[in-house]
Amino acid sequence: MTVEDWQYGGFGLYVHWPFCEAKCPYCDFNSHVTRQVDHGAWAEALVAELDRVADLSPGRVLRSIFFGGGTPSLMAVETVSAIIEQACKRWRPANDIEITLEANPRSVEADKFRGFRDAGVNRVSLGIQSLHDDDLKRLGRLHSASEARAAFDVARSVFDRVSFDLIYARQGQTLEAWRTELRDALSMAADHLSLYQLTIEPGTAFWERAERGGLRGLPDEDLAADMYELTQELTDIAGMPAYEVSNHAVPGAESRHNLIYWMGGDYAGIGPGAHGRLTLSGQCHVTEGWLSPARWLTEAQSGSGDRVFQPINIQDRVGELIMMGLRINDGLDMDRFDRMIPGLLNSVAVHDLVDEGFLMVDNNRLKATARGRLVLNSVVARLLPDD
Amino acid sequence: MSTPLSRIRNFSIVAHIDHGKSTLADRLIQMTGTVQDRDMKEQLLDAMDIERERGITIKANTVRIDYVAKDGEAYVLNLIDTPGHVDFAYEVSRSMRAVEGSLLVVDATQGVEAQTLANVYTAIDADHEIVPVLNKIDLPAAEPDRVREQIEDVIGIEAHDAVEISAKTGLGIPDVLEAIVTRLPAPKSGDPDAALVAMLVDSWYDPYLGVVVLVRIMDGTLKKGDQIKMMQTGAKYGVDRLGVFRPAMQDVKTLGPGEIGFFTASIKQVRDTKVGDTITHEKKGTDTPLPGFKPSVPVVFCGLFPVDTSDFEDLRDAIEKLALNDASFSYEMETSAALGFGFRCGFLGLLHLEVIRDRIEREYNIELITTAPSVIYHVYMKDGEMIELHNPADMPDMSKVDHLEEPRIKATILVPDEYLGDVLKLCQDRRGIQLDLTYAGPRAMVVYDLPLNEVVFDFYDRLKSVTKGYASFDYQMTEYREDALVKMQILVNDEPVDALSIMVHRDRAETRGRAMCEKLKDLIPRHMFKIPIQAAIGGKVIARETLSALRKDVTAKCYGGDASRKKKLLEKQKAGKKKMRQFGKVDIPQEAFISALKMDS
Repeated sequence: MTVEDWQYGGFGLYVHWPFCEAKCPYCDFNSHVTRQVDHGAWAEALVAELDRVADLSPGRVLRSIFFGGGTPSLMAVETVSAIIEQACKRWRPANDIEITLEANPRSVEADKFRGFRDAGVNRVSLGIQSLHDDDLKRLGRLHSASEARAAFDVARSVFDRVSFDLIYARQGQTLEAWRTELRDALSMAADHLSLYQLTIEPGTAFWERAERGGLRGLPDEDLAADMYELTQELTDIAGMPAYEVSNHAVPGAESRHNLIYWMGGDYAGIGPGAHGRLTLSGQCHVTEGWLSPARWLTEAQSGSGDRVFQPINIQDRVGELIMMGLRINDGLDMDRFDRMIPGLLNSVAVHDLVDEGFLMVDNNRLKATARGRLVLNSVVARLLPDD
Repeated sequence: MSTPLSRIRNFSIVAHIDHGKSTLADRLIQMTGTVQDRDMKEQLLDAMDIERERGITIKANTVRIDYVAKDGEAYVLNLIDTPGHVDFAYEVSRSMRAVEGSLLVVDATQGVEAQTLANVYTAIDADHEIVPVLNKIDLPAAEPDRVREQIEDVIGIEAHDAVEISAKTGLGIPDVLEAIVTRLPAPKSGDPDAALVAMLVDSWYDPYLGVVVLVRIMDGTLKKGDQIKMMQTGAKYGVDRLGVFRPAMQDVKTLGPGEIGFFTASIKQVRDTKVGDTITHEKKGTDTPLPGFKPSVPVVFCGLFPVDTSDFEDLRDAIEKLALNDASFSYEMETSAALGFGFRCGFLGLLHLEVIRDRIEREYNIELITTAPSVIYHVYMKDGEMIELHNPADMPDMSKVDHLEEPRIKATILVPDEYLGDVLKLCQDRRGIQLDLTYAGPRAMVVYDLPLNEVVFDFYDRLKSVTKGYASFDYQMTEYREDALVKMQILVNDEPVDALSIMVHRDRAETRGRAMCEKLKDLIPRHMFKIPIQAAIGGKVIARETLSALRKDVTAKCYGGDASRKKKLLEKQKAGKKKMRQFGKVDIPQEAFISALKMDS
């Protein structure tokens, strides 16, 4: 049996829980604030969706499950448990299956950690975002720094693997302030950290404020670059080097689920606005759930929660694989691309970018250099196939 | 049957923008019943959208008003609404020659403005009788006594019997009508049986009628069907239609001495008619043309290029169509290494440039890149030849050049005295030589001798900004004068960008060069490599900036759910580059070509 392209990356399941207690001003994810959620109905609908996708992709080895959101730590433990149970029934769970749940670092949620663990979750990712109370307030977070540290301690005692997120390059942040905060974070970190530069995304409250000129003190390009470089330096020293643009881990502790995205594997996406990539009879398909939770629930209950289910053309697929693949240390397997579009990675653009020091070829893999990674969007824009 | 001379009054209205010229004209038309109330629309005479929007008049308009005066006689009043802007000074002077008197309309809350001055002097030059009219008298801020005094001091005409009106409310309009009859003279002489002498006041293209010619009959009689001759061009035509404006066209059989009207004669292009030309009969015509004819000559040049190179043919079409209706606008094809195919166009002044550019963008929907406006330099070569230089890119090798001359202007600026210092600084910075400084009440009148090239670009914008809009400005071309002028080139990543070349005074080259390099550094986005930006004269670099390489351009978060959207953003980024102009490896945004030249200080 020949190897299908998606097998370069493997197969995982993404579950989207769209609800939050409050919307953060920087967040552009599909999240909604609702008072009442009918947990029973949602659990049933998510499991039904899982079954629908499993029918299309039978017999696959399931390497990971990821509960994202929204705030999936607000899910009922029973819902999480039902989904994990059904997933492991419908697919073949890998021996070392990684099951991650994103959680807010608050005591109410920490109280549910044991329940999630017993349901099968073996990794949590905490949205700590900052270790300073005033910054947390500005980022619209509901937790305090001390509450976050306490939740982190609970998580470490409950789960094998714990990661947390920080947002830096914030308003008014200096290089030195970030150095201190990052050192602090590294001293408490277990084996994985996601360090994101604050990005003002369209459709967020921050964006509107920035448009009105109300978002002052954001670092300029040079300071942001300095902060990024400092981040690489400190995480290297701490033994948690970057394996992706914004993700750092002790070698071996990388997020297996996220690597599926970056390595161009297949993933089933269920829940409102969840995206999936499913290779059916050799053709990769894009799937996308209805964005509105209410609409999604109705649609899922009547057969399919997907708003989009369509084949992706080879140009778009290749562009996406390049964009994702160059984010990680491993880069792109050049043979794989040769099979998809012969000669694509042998273009003038690739040679120029290698000559200019933005890309390198190593062991038949095309990788971004440290310099290249910092300007990856410009690099990828030059590599995208012309339409 | 023509109207007797004694019952004709021909007049124009001289006023600054916003002082109420168009509103007054509307009221005169309305109050005499020339147009029914239901047909009235605001500013009847300014027909073009751009004219209405900017409150300016570009083409001369005219209206014939029947008025029964208090003496019981029926009079024919012909109003010619002249262009008010300095760019159209020659057109104004021709229109003025076609009438015998002017109403000088001054806003009683504002006082006399520089533009009013220039036009009122043109009227005085044309031997006009002038009736001052104080408008907006109903406003609390009106100061009629002060303004009367100012008219007497600044312009030097009698103003004690100025007519006080409010064009908006209609107050005083009957007095204006009486003043036109009693205080303005009838046309001086004219024999209906003499050889035809008619002045071509203006002409324009009408999509239904072809070219419409506005004429003032000086001597003789023009009849429908007459064979006529244009004395400047020698072209001969048969008069198809003859009429007057009320303000809609109304046919008449004849136009006699002192009358103003229009004719059509199967003239194909406005270009075939010259403002100021003398029209006579083909047979038994006059031998003596009216004095004062000047062909209109463009003084400001710039390149117009389509943003989208595939719009070139549409641009050619648009420019040709506009040129048919505007003899003062010249064009020739230009190729720029930077901008591709476009046109080098000549204009009467900056306003004219802006009007044409606006019309191309609006009426023809073509996005344009406008290169730096330039004046015509006279380049005297060592071999004695004189070259007219319209485009700095065409500057010959300096070693073969003996000297250069540039056009100078006499600029008149009226400004409240608290801004005087800023205005003087601006004029000095632009290589001005002060000729006069006087006060008229709380306002200063400054007269400067300035190089036109320092004025064509952003002088007026700067003047408005340093005086918060309170200054008024006007100018006349004076002479060509030698000065130490050099061509400055801009090199981006070591490649010369021809569209950014400018002529500049040697003493100011370094400052200008540094300013342009700094501006470009801000206007050009960072690239993946560092880019030197230099200003050079000949081979010598006089200013240099370095645009550092792009340091950070990476999406922080990119997971499975982001892939489609983020990829679209990168595609947009890629497409955005295509919209910019490429010079070697550098993409320059189109707005850079104009913004780089603006001087802030």
